[in-house]
Amino acid sequence: MWIKLSLTYLKRDWRAGELRLIALALIIAIASLTSVNFFTNRINLAIETQATELLAADLVVRSGEPIKQELIEQAGALGLKTALTINFHSVIVFAGKLELAEVKAVQPAYPLRGRLQISEQLFSGETASEDIPQPGKVWPDARLFQSLGLETGDRVNLGAASFDAAKVLTYEPDRGGDLFNIAPRLLMNIADLEATELIQPGSRAVYKLLVAGPGDAVVGFRALTSKYEEYEIQGIRDARPELRAALDRTKQFSGLAVLVSIALAGLAIAMSARRYAVRHFDNCAIMRCFGAQQGTIVKIYFTQLLILALACSGIGCALGYLGQEGLAALMSGIVSRPLPAPTLTPVLIGMSAGVLAVLGFAMPQILRLKNVAPLRAIRRDLIPLPLSNLSIYPAAIGCLLLLTPWQSGSLNLTFYSFIGLLITGLSAFLAARVGIHCLDRLRAKVGIAVRFGLANVVRRADLSTAQILAISLGVMTLTLLTLSRTDLLANWRDRLPEDTPNYFLINIQPDEVAAVKTFIKTRGGPMAQAYPMIRARLVTINDKAVNPDDYEDDQAKHFAKHILNLSMAETLPANNRLVEGEWWDDAGENLFSFEEEFAGALNIVTGDRLTFKIADKRVTGTVANLRGVDWDTFDVNFFVIANPGTLDDYPTTYITSLHLPPERKRLLIDLIRAYPNVTVFDVDTILGQVRNVMEQVIRAIEFVFGFTLLAGVIVLLSALQTTHDERRYESALLTTLGAGRNHVLTGLFAEFAFLGLVAGIISALAATAAQILLAEYVFKIDVTVNPWVWLITPLLCTLIIVTAGLLGTRKVLSTPPMVALKQV
Amino acid sequence: MDKTSNYIIRAENLVKQVHSPAGILTILDNISLEIKYSESLAIVGVSGSGKSTLLGILAGLDLPSSGKVILDNVELTGLDEDGRAKLRNRRVGFVFQSFQLLPGLTALENVMLPLELAGKSDADEWAREQLAEVGLADRMAHYPNQLSGGEQQRVAIARAFVGKPAILFLDEFTGNLHQKTVGQIMELLFRLNSDRGATLLLVTHDTNVATHCSRKLTMAGGRII
Repeated sequence: MWIKLSLTYLKRDWRAGELRLIALALIIAIASLTSVNFFTNRINLAIETQATELLAADLVVRSGEPIKQELIEQAGALGLKTALTINFHSVIVFAGKLELAEVKAVQPAYPLRGRLQISEQLFSGETASEDIPQPGKVWPDARLFQSLGLETGDRVNLGAASFDAAKVLTYEPDRGGDLFNIAPRLLMNIADLEATELIQPGSRAVYKLLVAGPGDAVVGFRALTSKYEEYEIQGIRDARPELRAALDRTKQFSGLAVLVSIALAGLAIAMSARRYAVRHFDNCAIMRCFGAQQGTIVKIYFTQLLILALACSGIGCALGYLGQEGLAALMSGIVSRPLPAPTLTPVLIGMSAGVLAVLGFAMPQILRLKNVAPLRAIRRDLIPLPLSNLSIYPAAIGCLLLLTPWQSGSLNLTFYSFIGLLITGLSAFLAARVGIHCLDRLRAKVGIAVRFGLANVVRRADLSTAQILAISLGVMTLTLLTLSRTDLLANWRDRLPEDTPNYFLINIQPDEVAAVKTFIKTRGGPMAQAYPMIRARLVTINDKAVNPDDYEDDQAKHFAKHILNLSMAETLPANNRLVEGEWWDDAGENLFSFEEEFAGALNIVTGDRLTFKIADKRVTGTVANLRGVDWDTFDVNFFVIANPGTLDDYPTTYITSLHLPPERKRLLIDLIRAYPNVTVFDVDTILGQVRNVMEQVIRAIEFVFGFTLLAGVIVLLSALQTTHDERRYESALLTTLGAGRNHVLTGLFAEFAFLGLVAGIISALAATAAQILLAEYVFKIDVTVNPWVWLITPLLCTLIIVTAGLLGTRKVLSTPPMVALKQV
Repeated sequence: MDKTSNYIIRAENLVKQVHSPAGILTILDNISLEIKYSESLAIVGVSGSGKSTLLGILAGLDLPSSGKVILDNVELTGLDEDGRAKLRNRRVGFVFQSFQLLPGLTALENVMLPLELAGKSDADEWAREQLAEVGLADRMAHYPNQLSGGEQQRVAIARAFVGKPAILFLDEFTGNLHQKTVGQIMELLFRLNSDRGATLLLVTHDTNVATHCSRKLTMAGGRII
């Protein structure tokens, strides 16, 4: 019975215009939310797709043994694309010259993500290639062409076979994966491998199975592969640490923005619901008079709300999709490729958030309707309970608590967001109360028009407090977003300055270091610091053998399994910070400094005794300290650094990095000619990739921010709407008593200006506090407190509220007094 | 209709007190009364005499501070709010001073409301018939603000009668009407009731209205005098 009644009343309430405000708030809120979610979803997909280029796949399975056919078949069964690659070192012979190269034999599907780039001649224009070398042909890279003096079309010998050096390989997506292990590259077709006779049982080679496809299938395949102990799995997140950091921050930041959108939407809904409930007191009293039980009232309104939530969320999702489609189209010139289609996740989030938001934010208000006394039908002064304007917040906070971790994906972010909200709530409450108290004393000293406005604030002290609270929360989060956004962008830009190194010089022999430095310096190149690099494998921790299987984490397994690049330093390198222990000072014993996350992954703490195996020798030392390393830079950084002297007796090469603008690349060609054993590693392409990702991140954040701002404005308008009926009545009374339009306007102005000013001051306070907390504990970046916030936020807040307030109450002034009085 | 007793209402020693800044205020002071089935009773008195409070308590819209009310052989004061609501739905109709039509509903929908709350499937048909009886067959789709005061009160009367109540409570129901209209509404009310035989309990300060009823009680200072 009550379902039919709910539907009937929903239809009637809708037709009577009673639900339009709450529906509009919900639709706009969900549209904003899903626009953000659809767009961030697509942006994140784009970023992740781009990030997958660093793997040339979505997931890579790596092994020292050939990949089992059953695994390849399982990937195929899951609908994943696959490509096999085999990497090994071999000597390339041409015209009597030998060069050690890292050969990569690939299947035709390679690369699954990104594209190969090739050029017809050395240093000629590069083009993207959809193919791999045809059988009988190979594509050496530029360094191999240079070191062997090759021309395209020359035949080179590889093992027992010879091949045409058909093209110059200029870019392979996954080349950055093993930054310091790269010898010159030669790409070949896997079909030719047998003819070379190079891969025999026991041969040292790295076998990789590249897979790509739908996210769920990749996740499923990952789970499946993890059962094989012999395979190491590399996902996007296991790739470059600096890219991983950027992705994490993007997700956290868009999560934060979405959370704020939900909070703002909730506020708008709570305010609209409060007005709706107040306007339904009479309806409920009549229904109670005619026999409606409390449970019936609750069921009727609950069902109404649920249907409304589902319908409006659906419409909101559709509008959100349209909105983001239009905006994505606007950004098509900026985004380097068409954005991938969104997943269904934003729809699920939108629908669920819509229902949750309505139940959490609107239901507490609607539930009051069941307490309407039937006697109200003859005594209008009876209201269900004293109106508690703060009653919306416990349920609202509960609702946000449910939504936050889900949206932000970060418990830290949840915690600090709520600290921010709680501080704002309490400060706003106290400040509003103090402000209202002071106002009461000020009233006697101002003119009648302003007095009327200020009197309104005092008279509706609870409502004024609630409005200040709501506005403060909205503006605080917007301010916080602006501040955090500026922080993050400034931070990223600071970390990738224009002179970010774009070349690494490796394999510099110890006796060449001084000469290479001089060579660069005399040709006007930048001064570069050279770091010793010693290849070592960690073999024992506190005399216990290191076994990759002892670690759960894939990354830890990787560290435990692979050769590491150690360095030595007398002082703490720039961009590194000491987080535990002390830096050494002529210690006289073997000491190591570990990067903190690396140490954490391997459960290494200060004081542990470690043994590294370097070539056939072993060196043992103590972990003296842990360092924090800024991986977002492209400076040379090491996981492990030893104190001077510890690694003196071991084979050492040197590495340096430098920034050269394109027009000065010639310097490097001269350098290679003068020092053939020095390997130049061009990171321009990888830097380009990272910059591209960063640009997309910035656009995404700007986009998200725009939507959140819109949601904030809706909250402001909803807040004003809650007092609309009262204002219209009061204005009509004043006009009837002979007050002029200016009088009413001045009163409204005074009221809104006061609300705006108090809300602005509170917002600036709370946003700054939250900004410091977020920067310190979540984003882990240095924070710069901007003093202008203290001036601009209150002024801007006042301006926005006064403008929106006067616009929102223009009907108050334009309704004829007779109409307004009759409708009350 | 269950008539194990001759009285549709029996009120015993009703007292209603409220707390005010000046102390305890007694609104009803030990009132007892009995109303027979099909009787029409007018309670008159000046503003503040407690007549509307008495009506609210007799109808089960409010509870007395002490005393009891038996409505249609059910002790109202022993029921919880939902129990009283059920009883109201089955046995009681209301007409209010300010009509109390739901502004978002049409005349027809307003009349359908008590039937729908009672879960009646043919609410539409009954409501149409009732509206036709009060002479508003051509105004069914109108909203309250599109109707005159007299028409709104006719809708309210139709709504009160549509559930076939045993007793109808009318609170100053002519208070917002023009004097000319009052006569028409009174005539309508008693004409409709002549077929149905419901008990009428009117609260009014208009002595003319009271003369239409078979019995009149006067209240002053919370007592029947």
